[in-house]
Amino acid sequence: MKRRKFDLAAAPGKAAAGLDDRFRAATPLRHVLNKVFPDHWSFLLGEIALFSFIVLLLTGTFLTFFFEPSMTEVVYNGSYAPLRGTPMSAAYASSLNLSFEVRGGLIMRQMHHWAALLFMAAIVVHMLRIFFTGAFRKPRETNWIIGSLLFWIGFLAGFTGYSLPDDGLSGTGLRIASAIMLSIPVIGSWLTSSIFGGEFPGTIIISRFFIAHVLLIPALLLALISVHVGLVFTQKHTQWPGPGRTNGNVVGERMFPRYAIKQGGFFMIVFGVIALMGGLFQINPIWLFGPYEAWVVSAASQPDWYVMFLDGSTRLMPAWQITIPLGDGYVIPPLFWPTVVLPGILVGLSTLYPFLEARHLKDYRTHNLLQRPRDVPARTAAGAMALAFYLVLTLSGANDVIADKFQISLNAMTWAGRVGLLILPPLAYYVTYRLCLGLQQHDREVLAHGVETGIIRRMPDGRFVEVHQPLSAQDHDGHGALEYTGWVVPKKMNRLGALGPAIRGFFYPIEKPAEAPVSPGHPPVEPRPEREEITSGSESHR
Amino acid sequence: MTSDNDRRRGLLARLRERPAARSRGRRRLGAAVRLLAALTLAGGAYTLFAPGAQAQDAPPMSSAAAEGKALFDVSCVTCHGRNAQGVEGRGPSLIGVGAASVEFQVGSGRMPLARQEAQAHRKPPLFTDEQTRQLAQYVQELGGGPELPEGTNLHSDGDIATGGELFRINCSQCHAFGAGGGALSSGKFAPSLRPASDRQIYAAMLSGPQNMPVFGDNQLRPEQKADIIAYIQETLKHDQDPGGFNLGRYGPSTEGLAIFLVGIVALVFASLWIAGKS
Repeated sequence: MKRRKFDLAAAPGKAAAGLDDRFRAATPLRHVLNKVFPDHWSFLLGEIALFSFIVLLLTGTFLTFFFEPSMTEVVYNGSYAPLRGTPMSAAYASSLNLSFEVRGGLIMRQMHHWAALLFMAAIVVHMLRIFFTGAFRKPRETNWIIGSLLFWIGFLAGFTGYSLPDDGLSGTGLRIASAIMLSIPVIGSWLTSSIFGGEFPGTIIISRFFIAHVLLIPALLLALISVHVGLVFTQKHTQWPGPGRTNGNVVGERMFPRYAIKQGGFFMIVFGVIALMGGLFQINPIWLFGPYEAWVVSAASQPDWYVMFLDGSTRLMPAWQITIPLGDGYVIPPLFWPTVVLPGILVGLSTLYPFLEARHLKDYRTHNLLQRPRDVPARTAAGAMALAFYLVLTLSGANDVIADKFQISLNAMTWAGRVGLLILPPLAYYVTYRLCLGLQQHDREVLAHGVETGIIRRMPDGRFVEVHQPLSAQDHDGHGALEYTGWVVPKKMNRLGALGPAIRGFFYPIEKPAEAPVSPGHPPVEPRPEREEITSGSESHR
Repeated sequence: MTSDNDRRRGLLARLRERPAARSRGRRRLGAAVRLLAALTLAGGAYTLFAPGAQAQDAPPMSSAAAEGKALFDVSCVTCHGRNAQGVEGRGPSLIGVGAASVEFQVGSGRMPLARQEAQAHRKPPLFTDEQTRQLAQYVQELGGGPELPEGTNLHSDGDIATGGELFRINCSQCHAFGAGGGALSSGKFAPSLRPASDRQIYAAMLSGPQNMPVFGDNQLRPEQKADIIAYIQETLKHDQDPGGFNLGRYGPSTEGLAIFLVGIVALVFASLWIAGKS
């Protein structure tokens, strides 16, 4: 009998060949695996959102096994003594059981909530990166629009999820949401009764929000995220300008193996940070809020941070009620403007921004290279203005907590918010614009005159001058001939190799730092020339 | 017909009807007797109910109240005036506020006031428990008012579940769900309940200090007050925070701060580290 020899080393190859024979996967897969991604820390911010979305799906699935989306009244008889014997909805009772009875339930609930906050935070931070570097320009406007829609859908996901436990705090939020819907002229009351199935709170809203939260919204998010990431693949990632990088190429690492391994590691880190926060920091202690009753409301009832700007705009809005003398008098309540009109304007402005900017600059070309924020002062300043506006609103959403804990009058906080909302954004615009111009000027100065060495030289006639290290050969005026290329200009001597290489290693020095493999797109790196003393040279200053 | 008429005329009319003529002498005598009787009654009632002239000289004050008055005349009289009648623009009258109010204000260090502002702050009390009781006794004997039950543990037979429900309905609007306090208008605030003792919470409910409404015994019965105190002392102060560090129990505002200061900062450092490894 002949014993067949099993060759372990050939097994993966054989299996792959077998797969390729059947599915013809090699050609498209090679295309994907060989995809080159540019590398910069700021390109990883969007991944935080993607990875926390994965954590959200995982933890959320766990939670659905134990959550009961029903408003049937039950009497709690679980292990949390301070609520025992209290009548409450089945949704709240099952959330309590999820927290106290189910093994690992509380950390799952907390991880889910922290992951939701992180998802939204990462979306905003990623969006800021895209905005300030001009990555939304042609051809990527569609992805910008999808991204801003993802924020608003995430907003809805967060709000519906936050309402599900039916605790005192989320019920207060739901009441506010119903008031916002009611404030819409003409259709308000119909809209509210159709969503709540009658008067607030009704008996159906938790089940409706549940299906929206676990099926409709995640499906929409998943679809949009797929298109978002797919577009990054087909349109290629933007990159910073620099040596060897043009509008027509991508310099970086291949998808497989290095980029994929890095992303896998980053996913582990994101998962780890969420798990740590879920384990260390208590979030949304629903057992303290008690079951929602229409007559229960607590001080410091805030929504989660990404909704807080709407709470803030409501708190700052003066009580301007418009009464239209039609029939018995038709009223547009003041709530309508800060909670329906303002977000409407914000959605419109944010989605249309790429087109507005292109139209304003008459720039319809394709851009694959990013811009440093300082090089486009108007856009950077506009972004700072929007950020200041958003921050004032968000802080105003917590103005009662700030007033109480910092012992400021609440009325003063409200007025500071109103005044700040009008004054701070233009101020932020002006200051940012000037900062950008100043940074630009300094870049040009260094290119022309060289890096400041920190060496002060006294001339024979008594003057003191600082010695500059020119970056290139200089003309007779002492000016360098380097052009600004849109990338970092070295401003410190050790960026030029004036100091020896930094000794690598965190706990102990690594004697010979290993050279990282360089991808072929990189220009050859020349060895550092031997150190020589910096001489002042009478023409090297100015 | 006459009887019908009689019946139809009211009682007043029948009373007003002049009695049968009597002799003038008898009428005069009767009037004098009635006058005398009325005067005796009025005078007697006056001597019975009105404080006599000698009351000023020897007040019916207990010794504790006398001690309290001595303290009052040194530390409180500037704002609350002589005999706690109050001083316009400085301090209110304390007639009728009761011992409960004094025990809350003085016992929690709010009185004596550090300065005139929107609301008094809790600070280390100036008076000992003994002195606080004496001051309370003095104010109590001045004009009565709500008083606290005896003992330092007022929640021993309270039910925390009922207390929690009552707390969420009556207290959390201002003091917040975690009893950490909250802002009111124009610099006023609902203080944190964490440093408050049983007696102080009870006294606050009974006397309604500063901006707090009064929760008299007809609004919250004494046993309901005990339930609320039990919830605050047993649950809110001793809750183990099963979820970890409670971030001050300020709700979503500190949670939002944490996700940026901890989550985003940690992950931005991680991305700097990863991107730096190319």
